[in-house]
Amino acid sequence: MKQNFIGALCAVAVMGGAFAQTPKKPAAKPAAKMAPAPMVEEKDAATLEFEKFRAEMEESNPAELFEMKGEEQWKTKRGPKNVSLAESCDLGQGVGKVEGAYVKMPRYFADADAVMDAERRIVWCMVEKQGFKFDEIAAKPFANANFTPDITNLVTYVAGHSRNMKIAVPLKDPKVREAYETGKAMAAYRAGPYDFSCNTCHGSDGKRIRMQNLPNLSTAAGAMKGVQGWPGYRMTGGVMLTHQWRMGDCFRQQRFPQPKYASDAIAYLLTYMIGNANGQVYKGPGIKR
Amino acid sequence: MTKKIILAASMAATLMIALPAVAEGDYRAKAIATFNKDFQARGQASIDRLAEDGLQLICNRTGNKPPEYIAKQMEADQLADVKYPADGKMLGDWKAGEKLAQSGRGFTWSDKPGLPVGGNCYNCHRISPNETSFGTIGPTLYQFGKLRGNTPDIQKYVYSKIYNAKAHNLCSEMPRFGRVGALGEKQIKDLVALLLDPASPVNK
Repeated sequence: MKQNFIGALCAVAVMGGAFAQTPKKPAAKPAAKMAPAPMVEEKDAATLEFEKFRAEMEESNPAELFEMKGEEQWKTKRGPKNVSLAESCDLGQGVGKVEGAYVKMPRYFADADAVMDAERRIVWCMVEKQGFKFDEIAAKPFANANFTPDITNLVTYVAGHSRNMKIAVPLKDPKVREAYETGKAMAAYRAGPYDFSCNTCHGSDGKRIRMQNLPNLSTAAGAMKGVQGWPGYRMTGGVMLTHQWRMGDCFRQQRFPQPKYASDAIAYLLTYMIGNANGQVYKGPGIKR
Repeated sequence: MTKKIILAASMAATLMIALPAVAEGDYRAKAIATFNKDFQARGQASIDRLAEDGLQLICNRTGNKPPEYIAKQMEADQLADVKYPADGKMLGDWKAGEKLAQSGRGFTWSDKPGLPVGGNCYNCHRISPNETSFGTIGPTLYQFGKLRGNTPDIQKYVYSKIYNAKAHNLCSEMPRFGRVGALGEKQIKDLVALLLDPASPVNK
């Protein structure tokens, strides 16, 4: 199961139309006519089971436990400078204000002179306001079976305060627009041993890897599928993971090297993806399989 | 190979002058600079993977729609580079091919380095009717041999397609499995058999 879903997500490639266009073999029939069209809408048993489970979990979403921890950490004086994020961190809506902040990021922050997604911004606050060391946070940025970093709780808390709000990345800001366009160009960039780009899997409608549907991130609905549910409690391994983690896992499967944590690269790509989802409703931290 | 890269690079230079930019300009340059600045090696995924080779560069610069004269020339180069089995036999063991087609492992930073890697076939293609969990990025290959026959020409075509899909469609989404050393001669033969052997469930 794990291999099917994780190993497969961004994995492979295509004979994309290639068999259908072989002038050297005029006798060959286009491959697309060989069999009935794939049943894109049909859901496999695992998907149905998962959806049932998710529906049952809606009343007691495990993400809420992490939100609660995050709230406590947001409000507590911490770090070498002994200040709280609530009294020092501006997520774009005023110091300490979390309401609606998550759906309005990435945005440009003049104090950091950078476009930042929510996780990157909170890390920046922890470093600049509370005095934590970036390298220590970046050394173990994501949860595993035995450990959940504070930053994951904090992001989940902040995301929870954008529940049922519309995505509104400020794309009219020239700095944000530049990040968006750069992210778009990054998504199209093919390299590595398998010639994959983000768009290999996520650039057109109705595609799957195995039974896993692949959202087309260039459309509003598709982009929202890439945003919805993050940060999310992942049933595989039982860990709370963030959108930054998910972006890194895509690059793993793309056979690329690893993006650095809380970097421009991820902020640009998230600006492209989340910006494309503008106007769609974010349902809050979720559950992933 | 070096010659081909040089050729591709000179074509790219021509392109830069001759073609209007496709979703790029400064943003493409900034995207590449960002990859180089913000990515780090992990496991076998070394940093040199971020660099485009000549073919990737042509596809990236043209939005995967290279001018025909360039596509034809470079496809021919890729085809000339295919190493066919020395014994001339293209058809291996379809059962081994099916097993290989199932695996999606290999080349990620969490995979152990070394060969062989998975064929990744079912991730994108419908193949045997017995496997209902298949992807749709590529076309269905069900009944491939039944519909196209099992002639030496078809065998050679399928071998070359798996060895280097770009020999037939320059900017195909399919990896160049033989060219990059992901699949060796035996593995490709087994996959050819999966698609073409009349005994393979693909052709039942």
